[in-house]
Amino acid sequence: MVVANLREAYGRTLVELGAKNRDIVVLDADLSKSTRTILFQEAYPDRFFEMSIAEQNMISVAAGLALVGKIPFVHSFAVFATGRTYDQIRQSVCIANLNVKICGSSCGLSDFGDGATHQSLEDVALMRVIPNMVVLVPADANETKKMVKAMVKHYGPMYIRINRNDLPVYISEDGEYEIGKLYQLRDGEDILIIANGVMVSRVMEASEVLEKKGIYVRVINASTVKPLRKEEVLKYIKGVKGIVIAEEHSIIGGLGGAIVEMLRNVKHSPLEFVGIKDKFGTSASNYEELLEYYGLTPEAIVSAVMNLIKG
Amino acid sequence: MVPNEIIENLERIALKLRLDILEMVGIGKAGHLGGSSSYADIVAVLYFHKMNIDPKNPKYEDRDRFLLSKGHGALAQYAALVELGYIPREEMKKTKTLSGILQGHPDRNKTPGIEANTGSLGQGLSIAVGMALGLRLDGKKNKVYVIVGDGELAEGQIWEAVMCANYYKLDNLVAIVDNNGLQATGPIEERFNIYPIAPKFEAFGWYVREIDGHNIRQIIETLDELDNIKGKPKVIIAKTVKGKGFSFAENNPAFHNSVLTEEQYLRAKRELEAQIAKWS
Repeated sequence: MVVANLREAYGRTLVELGAKNRDIVVLDADLSKSTRTILFQEAYPDRFFEMSIAEQNMISVAAGLALVGKIPFVHSFAVFATGRTYDQIRQSVCIANLNVKICGSSCGLSDFGDGATHQSLEDVALMRVIPNMVVLVPADANETKKMVKAMVKHYGPMYIRINRNDLPVYISEDGEYEIGKLYQLRDGEDILIIANGVMVSRVMEASEVLEKKGIYVRVINASTVKPLRKEEVLKYIKGVKGIVIAEEHSIIGGLGGAIVEMLRNVKHSPLEFVGIKDKFGTSASNYEELLEYYGLTPEAIVSAVMNLIKG
Repeated sequence: MVPNEIIENLERIALKLRLDILEMVGIGKAGHLGGSSSYADIVAVLYFHKMNIDPKNPKYEDRDRFLLSKGHGALAQYAALVELGYIPREEMKKTKTLSGILQGHPDRNKTPGIEANTGSLGQGLSIAVGMALGLRLDGKKNKVYVIVGDGELAEGQIWEAVMCANYYKLDNLVAIVDNNGLQATGPIEERFNIYPIAPKFEAFGWYVREIDGHNIRQIIETLDELDNIKGKPKVIIAKTVKGKGFSFAENNPAFHNSVLTEEQYLRAKRELEAQIAKWS
């Protein structure tokens, strides 16, 4: 399996886009080495703004830059980029519907060593609830590249959550990313699995295991959490015995929440969530170990599917 | 030396703005009378004398930008926008209603002439910093003026923005602190006492001037002086009176967001009209 780093893909794509589009500016809160915006800083020092350890100011400054025609990309760790700055994102950026792109790097549990303070398990919920905000969760490096290009192409406030670690590559680098589209990665008629981010690769592993047991799953990459297109969700839920939603996020308010809200007055088969069960993160010596600790594994997905099959 | 006619004309305009503020506050509805009238003279100078703007074209590219970080004081800015023709006069009586375009706090998507959505305190100065950075990046000469409340200086984000503006040496940015001395529940020195204000900005590398925020000549001369200061952001600490021009409301915290009785409304109208009549 080919693996690639999402942060690196993100940073390089910004550089590539910055060559063509002079309106792109980049802001970072003293984490440019980690978020990989240092690549943009090296390429276009006049369009890179070091915003130091002052995230709230950074978001409102980005709003000001957008108001004079720039396309600011703003960076910090996901937990700070969304939590500490929630009010600035809501008030300075989203009410005015400004073209500010917020990148939450080292999202989810991917900053495995730093523990609860640095792990973001609520960021999708926080961003999703704000009107005008688009929420994007790429599954791998290729999808990250295509997504960043789409973020420049489309106007409006957007949040993208970027994993810190190398992840298996499942998405083709060809074609354009369409915001709001659900991408089918595998077809099957028994169970529907909807996932995003790191959980896409876990689900793909699980589906191999399930196939050996004679269970065929339909796998959907919901890398746009908002806007979710109802007609697409309805198309994919047809005919399956159950639905599993897998995300590296709290089961409250994330992708699972979004889908269940959408299905509130639609008849659908039973649902299972694979996600973080209303807990904070914790330090671990590696990412795999931490994902296992919280039950975000192919085995957990297999078992969720089996529960639905048994009924 | 600014000619006396210009000063007198702006004084008259400032009275007119206060009459408009009174119209928007109206009778029996809540409105931010105090914090709107305290900086009305500064608004008069900026909109009717200092700023490069084109009321016929609110989006005129080379315009100077005006931001109201203390967004609750919107009525004074609305008054200027009405008098300049950005906003139809009949909108004044529809302030803060579902059918009107004048929100409780400034909204750029609903009101012509408004540059940003402000009112969650502490954010407007940062937005101004972003605008100043972006304009400078494009090699533009426009200036960014931002009004900050003195009570608002308790917000931590203000000081993030103060350090940021200094780091980027934003000499196209002018902040004006409306130092009326009162926040919603009382005097600022009895809350998180921010005094002395000037040394704090100086310590962070800003060029600081302290003025009487109701002295039109001093406001003009100070703004002109700041044009020649290069290499650092600038702040004017304008000593003002909350409720200025409304005899019963001056320096009275009860008129932060107040409801006027019919008697108060008529008295204020009488007093302002009498002063305007003196001029003509």
